[in-house]
Amino acid sequence: MTDTPQQPALRLQGIVKTFPGVRALDGVDFEVMPGEVHALLGENGAGKSTLMKVLAGMYQPDEGQIMIAERPVRMTTPIEAKAQGVVLIHQELSLVPEMSAAENIYLGELPLKSLGRVDWTTLFDRSNAILKRLNCKFRGEVTVANLSIANQQMVEIARALTVDARVVVFDEPTASLTDSEKVVLFDIINDLKARGVGIVYISHRMDEIFTLSDRITVLRDGAYRGTLTTADTNEDEVTRLMIGRSLDLSRDVNPPKLGDTVLEVRGLSCAPLFENVSFAVRAGEVLGFYGLVGAGRTEIAETLFGLRSPDSGEILVDGAPVQISSPQSAISLGISLVPENRKEQGLVLQMSCRDNITLPQVQDLTSGPFVSSGAEMEIYEQYREKLEIKSPSWRQTVGVLSGGNQQKIVIGKWLSMKPRVLIVDEPTRGIDVGSKSEIHNLLRELAAQGYAVIVISSEMPEVLRVSDRIVAMYHGRIMREFSADDVTEDSLVQAISGIRAENAA
Amino acid sequence: MTRLKAGGPAIAKQGILVAFIVFMIAFSLMSDRFLSLDNFMSVFRQAAIIGVMALGVTIVVIGGNLDLSVGSMLSFATVLVVDLHDKIGPELAIPVMVLATLCLGAINGFLIGILRLNSLIVTLGMLSAIQGLVLIYSGGQNVDIADQSGTWFAIFGRGAMFGIATPIIIFGTMALVFHIIMTTMPFGRKVYAVGGNPTASVFSGIPRSRVVFTTYLISALCVAVAAMILGSRVMGSQNNVGQGYELQVLAAVILGGTSLLGGAGSILKTVLGVLMLAFIQNGLILMGQPYYTQWLVTWVVIIVAVWLDVAAKRGRLFSPIA
Repeated sequence: MTDTPQQPALRLQGIVKTFPGVRALDGVDFEVMPGEVHALLGENGAGKSTLMKVLAGMYQPDEGQIMIAERPVRMTTPIEAKAQGVVLIHQELSLVPEMSAAENIYLGELPLKSLGRVDWTTLFDRSNAILKRLNCKFRGEVTVANLSIANQQMVEIARALTVDARVVVFDEPTASLTDSEKVVLFDIINDLKARGVGIVYISHRMDEIFTLSDRITVLRDGAYRGTLTTADTNEDEVTRLMIGRSLDLSRDVNPPKLGDTVLEVRGLSCAPLFENVSFAVRAGEVLGFYGLVGAGRTEIAETLFGLRSPDSGEILVDGAPVQISSPQSAISLGISLVPENRKEQGLVLQMSCRDNITLPQVQDLTSGPFVSSGAEMEIYEQYREKLEIKSPSWRQTVGVLSGGNQQKIVIGKWLSMKPRVLIVDEPTRGIDVGSKSEIHNLLRELAAQGYAVIVISSEMPEVLRVSDRIVAMYHGRIMREFSADDVTEDSLVQAISGIRAENAA
Repeated sequence: MTRLKAGGPAIAKQGILVAFIVFMIAFSLMSDRFLSLDNFMSVFRQAAIIGVMALGVTIVVIGGNLDLSVGSMLSFATVLVVDLHDKIGPELAIPVMVLATLCLGAINGFLIGILRLNSLIVTLGMLSAIQGLVLIYSGGQNVDIADQSGTWFAIFGRGAMFGIATPIIIFGTMALVFHIIMTTMPFGRKVYAVGGNPTASVFSGIPRSRVVFTTYLISALCVAVAAMILGSRVMGSQNNVGQGYELQVLAAVILGGTSLLGGAGSILKTVLGVLMLAFIQNGLILMGQPYYTQWLVTWVVIIVAVWLDVAAKRGRLFSPIA
């Protein structure tokens, strides 16, 4: 950029938005200059999404002003916002999977011929031009359902480029992208930036924010906490602003007090998902499973929880071979699973906090034929306290809680069953930094209390931080097992990429 | 955008109750016969058959499924119990009918709960399959009971206890029992969980297939009870006596605010839905309207109720986004 523009592309001033009982935004100021990447940070529930919905015309602010190029505007629908050059790229993709990429790109504004017929030639020409500008390797004629998630995201971005965008908002764009796909996305963002578009970038991932952004604005509890220039700050300062305290990222160094082997797996296979898998976990330790998505880790966990039946191999609990044919039998053997997808597999969102926690044992929490409310309250209170679950009341439906608190509810649900083995699949997916470290500490603590903990994760820092031993998986096979002392990032990366230890050495 | 005022959503959540009261007042003003104990009792009695069936369907719907087969299942059960009454006597006819109806429920439950087929398709198929079964059984003949005044079977439809008609007592008792099951017993909790999130229920060790299977058995049991009331009241049965009941039953359930998505709903509100439909029909008849106007009015009432319900959830009356 040669000239430094004086006017912000977009400015929000004193935005207030209240919902019944909640002040979601409390006088928030925010601005983006043309050609700037401005990161917006905050824990879940800090008000980022609400602010973005105000920006995109989905919500009307109760107070405050939205200014585009210093002119106050009123946007009551996403279409009006788009006409003003403000485009939101959603965290959850909002494409019509059955339609072609081109139709999705121009959805709602398809080029027309006479009699309202779609002008397919123009549609595909224009779409392919945009896709080409984005360096996409697919064409507009492709059906969206056949595209990878990353390419679907490209379609979403292409949609934003059909108008002369002044401001593009990216909401957690890398959540489902691989590393190489991220590189492409960052190139696109830098390209938009070079063309003078203002970028709002929302993400939980510090590394991305520090690579991409020029400035960082932090929200906490719906309030504006300050704006920092990225070059002059560091992760620590940003984190403190965000959660109001420093994070303790160190791993506790106390060697675990190991008990007996609780769970052992010998030569377990379930073709084609995983083959000849053997490992053991002892009471008091955390065994980490690291690997790429699709390496078979989740499938092993599901097999141990009775959701899949293995082709061959043995599962031993306390040294005795067992058959696990259903979740019920896994539970009775003391095995529990905190699943990968909290909202779909872990929680009944419209049920209360208490009822979610007691769900697996509701059959037994009875006095006479009735569910004993007293027994339920006791369990709820116990785990609310123990896990520091923040919820206004036991009646609160879990759907509205933050990701971190939801995850604690799922963990609490299984702890209340007094399991021997706790399998946790992606313990902190979609959870903000503050709650993340709380959950890491909790997993360490549970091991110290004598649980055998298995943690499945795709995030290397997480695996390194919580595990005593790490199993690296590649394509359904265990490549190597590390102890926390001798593991290095390099050897771990090699193992999960299928490079054998001997070749790598 | 018309925003509901503060406190508005709370009232809209009770939309069915508000609408109910509005209707009651309106009908009282328009017909002097409406607001009388006799009229109320007769409305309750007529509502009992739909009501008993709606209780079962409410549980199926809370469990995340539909049951459209209850109408022809009612035809089946009523024809069977009436026909067998004279052949083997009521003391045998009733258990045979109940068992046969439970078998039909078990087929629904097996296909939907165990094989996990789509409930709309299965029960829509059962709707016509069972109607066919009835015609095969009866050979197209209507059936009736010869000794209509001498049989103790009359108690279910025509009898009374403490001056209250038996159908009302049966409906009331079942509603209370079902309400207690759904709100305070483990089974009820499991139905809400399975309807709310079937996957998470399985991941919590809830035997989802068994729970869904049981909801269809309950629905069939309710149909069997309704058939006893209906058969006893009419002392005979046409082959297609239950035709169209499935829609009235579903209308009452929806009017009561039970979510067709599963996981939310209430037995007591279904009772309210049932009574509201019955009072609308009764009110219109008292006002001298032909009986088919009730179809139109019922539809309008349901649409308004559903609209108020979603508006309360969204916090506004019109909304381009969810």
